[in-house]
This record gives sequence, structure tokens and C-alpha cells, in this order.
Amino acid sequence: MNQRALRLTGNTRVLPGFGLSMGISVLFISLVLLLPITGLFGQLAGLSLAQYWAIITEGRVVASYMVTIGAAAVAALINAVFGLLLAWVLVRYEFPGKRLLDALMDLPFALPTAVAGITLATLYAGNGWMGKLLEPLGFQVAYTWVGIALAMAFTSIPFVVRTVQPVLEDLPAEVDEAAMSLGATDAIAFRRVIMPHLWPALVTGTGLAFVRSLGEFGAIIFIAGNMPYETEITALMIFVKLQEYDYAGASAIASVVLFVSLALLLAINIWQGRFVRRLHGGKG
Amino acid sequence: MRRIGDAPAVKRLLVGAALVLSALFLLLPLVAIFAQAFSQGMAVFWANVSNYFTLHAIGLTLGVALLTIPICLVFGVALAWLVTRFSFPGRRILQTLIDIPFAVSPVVAGLIYLLLYGRNGWIGSWLDGHDIQLMFAWPGILMVTVFVTCPFVARELIPLMQAQGSREEEAAATLGARGWTTFWRITLPNIRWALLYGVILTNARAVGEFGAVSVVSGAIRGQTNTLPLHLEQLYQDYNAVGAFACAALLALIALLTLAAKASLEWRASRREALL
Repeated sequence: MNQRALRLTGNTRVLPGFGLSMGISVLFISLVLLLPITGLFGQLAGLSLAQYWAIITEGRVVASYMVTIGAAAVAALINAVFGLLLAWVLVRYEFPGKRLLDALMDLPFALPTAVAGITLATLYAGNGWMGKLLEPLGFQVAYTWVGIALAMAFTSIPFVVRTVQPVLEDLPAEVDEAAMSLGATDAIAFRRVIMPHLWPALVTGTGLAFVRSLGEFGAIIFIAGNMPYETEITALMIFVKLQEYDYAGASAIASVVLFVSLALLLAINIWQGRFVRRLHGGKG
Repeated sequence: MRRIGDAPAVKRLLVGAALVLSALFLLLPLVAIFAQAFSQGMAVFWANVSNYFTLHAIGLTLGVALLTIPICLVFGVALAWLVTRFSFPGRRILQTLIDIPFAVSPVVAGLIYLLLYGRNGWIGSWLDGHDIQLMFAWPGILMVTVFVTCPFVARELIPLMQAQGSREEEAAATLGARGWTTFWRITLPNIRWALLYGVILTNARAVGEFGAVSVVSGAIRGQTNTLPLHLEQLYQDYNAVGAFACAALLALIALLTLAAKASLEWRASRREALL
């Protein structure tokens, strides 16, 4: 950028490439991320408000919201506990196999969801390795609501571990030394001293896991059984409507899913931003 | 000084619980994939993998991933450069927008592309008039794969480039280096490992995408079937060994991804120790 341009814009940018990188980014985000969403609104514009309302409140669809939200909530709660345990163990202790365990944490992100889906379905079916153990005890996992929650928990566990882990690593040793030297027991010191530092990250990670579970498809459909009203998730509802060439119905339900997940994402981002500002003394 | 949870009994309990639960929950499925794939021996596994339709699905999947990577690479680097090297109004909004693919359900992602570029969409109907079909063909698969994978490179680069700051590039600029010289000589060497990991993640997600692709592909065997879709068809046809043979190939890519991540982290921690 030449001197005259600098004076004209009052710009003090030293580095080049602002125009180019801005151009590529805005073009890409507009074309790839934002433009397709207009297609959804175009389709919805053909529906009257009453029709739209009738589609999204139909009994089978509402049942699918309940199944999805309920299973995602259970999966998120399981992951909050399990994820916190794993993050704690990986940061605080040395033991054989630690690096392997650490690497294993990313498996659900790296493994394609359809692979996870058929594997979990095979493992927990009546004749599978886990199903053979559990079914005689009266626990049926495959083709029930429990299987859906299990598949959701599998695909979203890294969110909790990888969000809590860095925060725990950055916690200075003095924090718990002070508590211990003053005579607190482990349980009290953990609750009163560690948790206040950890819970924002734990909530963020659990929230991200929940959002991911709401939209998950590939890992769930194989183990779910997909019985209408019982084990049918909302993502599958959209898929079924599409296969029936009911584009309006699919769009209406998709708009609900899209709205809820974007609102949750925005809420998590804002909440996280506020918390980070508070930690760094009022500067974002 | 003793830290919280340092008592041997507590440590043993927590480590034991973490190991047992992870083995059941994460390791067992991984073992099961390979056990199922090879349950009828190497020959049957091989027959399933070298089947024409499987080979075609592998080819299509790798082709789509190969095209996806450069697109995501250019976008990721441009966006990371933009938001870490300049401050301007709307910077935070851009950073939130690139998270959209993480929040949107894959099925919804496929649907919005189908609505816009399908025969009934406003772009799709125009394209149809010109005899261009994107949906239910490989370009559609590529488009939704780009949508789903575009945040990965940017997400890897932004924290790193933020932490590194722009001092080195500013020094190069004040010494008279041209923009691209600065980029190739200063920036790229600094970010190459994060860039590589971003590419590996993009690849892992691109070869494995299922929900979005299943909406726009039409899943025609030997034409628009990617490996995850082919695996689903085999599984629905009760060919479990065939399905798990495909699953084993995909799991292998996942394992290579994990190994690459571990070795890159090891490299980074060794460099930190040397400094």
C-alpha cells in the first residue's frame, strides 16, 4: 500500500494481503456457507404459516424432537462426567499407556460416523460381544433409546476432553498446594478450588457435545432401530421426508434444527467470550 | 508438595476407571472393526475390497478428498491471515461464521445444497436449462464435502498464528520483502506443521462424510457411491464382512490420522523443550 493510500484511509497496516485475504474469505463464506441457506428460505417461502406450523408440530415429528433432545442430554451428561475424569487423569497422572490413551481420545473425531454406526450396532446387537453380556442381564441397548444415547456419547466425547484438558494444564500447582497445605480433603479441595476454574470449560465442552449430538446422523441410524414415535431421531425424519420427495416438509423440519443449533452455537460463543474477558481483566 | 488426588489409592482408582471405561467405550469398537473385517479370513476380506464397486467407491472418495483439500487450504490460510494479521470491524463475526459447519447437522447441510442446486432450486433450475447437473453427481458430493470440512485448516491455524504474532512478518516487510516472499519465506515455515495437521483432519473428515453426502449423492453403485455410502449398502444387504472390510479401510485412515497427530505433537513438545 503506498503512502498516499495510507494517508487517505488513515490506515497503518504494515503487512500486505488485506484485500486478497478479505476477498477470498468473504467470497468463500458467502458462496459456501451463506448462499445455500437462502435455498432453505426459498423453499419455506412457499409454505403458509399454518402449513409450516402443522408440519413442525406433527405428532411423529414432535416425538423425534423428544427422542433426539432426551438422548443428547443423557449423552452430554455422561460425557461431562467421563470427559472430566479422562481430562483429569491425562493431565495429573503418569502411568503406562498414557500417550496411547491420549491419542485414543481423538478416535471418535477421526473415525467416519458410518463406521462408528455399524460397529456399535454390531457390538451391542443381541449376538454381539457387548449385547451377549448385557442382554441376559436385561439391558437392551441396540434398537432402543439407550443405543441412540450411546452412539451420541461416542461421537461427542472428544469435545469435553479437549476443552477441559488445556484449562487443567494451565492451572498452576500453587492452586491446589495452597488448599492442601491448609488441610482440605481431596474432595473438598477439588470442589472448592479446582471446579471454580474448570466449570466454564466443562460447560462449554458439554454444550458443544450436546449440539453435535443433536445433529448426528451416521453414527445413530444403524443402532437406533428407527421406529416412528420411539427411536426415530429428527435428522432421520428430514432424510425420510426427502426420500418421499416432500421437500417442503424436510425444509420445515430442517429450519427448526438449523435455528436451534445456530442459536446454541451463538450462545456458547457469546458465553465463552464473556468468560474470557472476565479472566483477562475486561479486555476481550 | 502434595497435590489434589495424589494419594496412591485415589490415583489407582481414577486411572483404573479411565482405562477400563476407555477400553470398553473407545478401544473395543476399534478392535471389533478389524475382527469383523477379517472374521472369514484374508481371502474373503481381499475379495470384498477388490470388488469392482468397492474399488470405484474408493476411487471416488479419494478423488473428492483430493479436490477438497486445496480448496480448504486456500480458504483456511486466507481466513487465518485475515483475522490474525489485521483488525477490522466484523472480525469476530467472521470467526463465528466459520463454525457454522460444526453446528449444522450433516443432513441439513446436504439438504440446503440440494434445495439450491437441485432441479427445483433457483440456481439448479437455471443450470438444468444449460444441461449441467450438480446434484446426484460427483460435483454435488464435492460441494457438500467442502462445506463440512472448510473450518478445519482455519481452526488449526488461527490460534497458532495469533500466538506467534506478526513481528517476524513486519520485520520482513520493513526490510523491503514483497508480500509473497514474506509469505513463502517467513509465514509458511512457521505454520507448516499446523497446516499439515489441518490438511490431515480435512482429509479424514472428507473421506468419512456420510450424512451430507448421502442426501446429495443418490448412491448409485459404481457411479456416485462413496466408500461410507457403499459400506451402508453392504450392511443393509446383510453383507457384514463386506461392510466391515470397507470400514477397516476407513478405520485405517483414522488410525493414520491419530498417529500423525501424536507425532506432530511430540515434535512440537520436543522443540519447546529445546528452546
